[in-house]
Amino acid sequence: MLSHPPVAAASHHPAFEPRIVAFFCNWCTYLAADLAGTSRMKYAPNIRVVRFMCSGRVDPQFVLDAFAHGADGVFIGGCHPGDCHYQEGNYKTLRRYQLLKRVLREMGIEEERFRLEWISAAEADRVRTAVNDMVEKVRFLGPLNLEVSDQETGSQDAEVVV
Amino acid sequence: MPDKPKVAFYWCASCGGCEEAVVDLAEAILDVVAVVDIVFWPVAIDFKRKDIEAMADRSIAAAFLNGAIRTSEQEEMARLLRSKSQVLVATGSCSHLGGIPGLANLYSRKAILREVYFESPSTTNPERTFPEREHSNNGHPLELPVFHETVRSLDQVVDVDFYIPGCPPTARTFRTALQTLLSWQLPPRGSVLAPDYALCNECPRKNTKPEKLSFSEFKRPSHVLVDEQQCLLAQGLVCMGPATRAGCEALCVQGNMPCTGCYGPTSRVRDQGAKILSCLASSIESTDATEIDRILATIPDPVGSFYRYGLPRSLLRNRRSQERADSPLAAR
Repeated sequence: MLSHPPVAAASHHPAFEPRIVAFFCNWCTYLAADLAGTSRMKYAPNIRVVRFMCSGRVDPQFVLDAFAHGADGVFIGGCHPGDCHYQEGNYKTLRRYQLLKRVLREMGIEEERFRLEWISAAEADRVRTAVNDMVEKVRFLGPLNLEVSDQETGSQDAEVVV
Repeated sequence: MPDKPKVAFYWCASCGGCEEAVVDLAEAILDVVAVVDIVFWPVAIDFKRKDIEAMADRSIAAAFLNGAIRTSEQEEMARLLRSKSQVLVATGSCSHLGGIPGLANLYSRKAILREVYFESPSTTNPERTFPEREHSNNGHPLELPVFHETVRSLDQVVDVDFYIPGCPPTARTFRTALQTLLSWQLPPRGSVLAPDYALCNECPRKNTKPEKLSFSEFKRPSHVLVDEQQCLLAQGLVCMGPATRAGCEALCVQGNMPCTGCYGPTSRVRDQGAKILSCLASSIESTDATEIDRILATIPDPVGSFYRYGLPRSLLRNRRSQERADSPLAAR
């Protein structure tokens, strides 16, 4: 994993603030984020939290749509294995996450931009450290800048002929 | 008696299979010819681009365009036919979703041209011949179309009124679509002219699909003896049926091969690949991350399998370009 200090990251993309979409489970990670707030913990303000009834409700389309609409990273928070309010929603999340991560890698999206964490309602500090860590890594990677324009221009052939 | 409505056919980045689908109408094509005038069909009839350019705007009733858009010439033809036609129909997977040529969006233009002209093992090119934009041959200027950076579906270039799905559309799909259009009782603009439910619904093996799928390994048709009666998903094969629109009467399944998804998603699904990914992955028979990875590794090419006909029309559309993917962490 990464071994460089955040200072190097800041110098790489000085003015860049990552936008990270977070899909949090209603029964665990969302409550943990709430607890972090009421406990006045401070963490990077770069995540936009969307509350779901279960991490298993996170359709892979939502993740792709977030990236396509300008998210620099996507963070899914669910219940620890065995703790799912609906028995096995988080296992489905895990399996989809592992396959989707492969697809994203093949589409040129670095794996640090897509993260799954098990965070229980009591683990406010884990929300803080995981979010801070992800923001730092995505900041180092820089903006995602997916091309979604319908416009096309021919580029120079000089770059092909070597 | 008023003139018969004018109809045009054209092809862009495609293999010719969709033209074949028109020919496959067999005798039914005579019924079509009886009620319409074909004014443009380069594969079969000798009309030129200038003939179309000379026509008044919107004077063609319907233009059927197959093939994806890769070059500047294809884009010009798409725009020309759009302005001359009242109804523009994207015909076949390439035009509808980007199709097989759309898989080239996994590579940059630079990488493709380099591979084709210099680096593929079967290429012999000692003079380093490379297509030029302009060339002068004994004083005659010659010009080649621009090869764009990505492949696009037709609706990413011009407005499209209807879609006929399929690689190629079956004769039945094509005939039904033509009848719908000729009846002038048009469905809402933007409709795909095929049933709006999943292929499993019309699959002859529907009754053998288990209530709960469960995968401990994904198999490939070439590696196993495929049972001819049982649901292919139940046999561990990657069948795109659940994420694919019906209309083909499950031809591939009838041939004992899994669906590869050419009819695209239904209207309720935005990204076909994400949907089949979700369906297959959720049904993996394990809760252990390492074991899940082992099972997933038996799908050798997820992007090529899930987005075989629809990468340009998917949410991500293309692989991030080399320059951007070449970021500090990628270089680790």
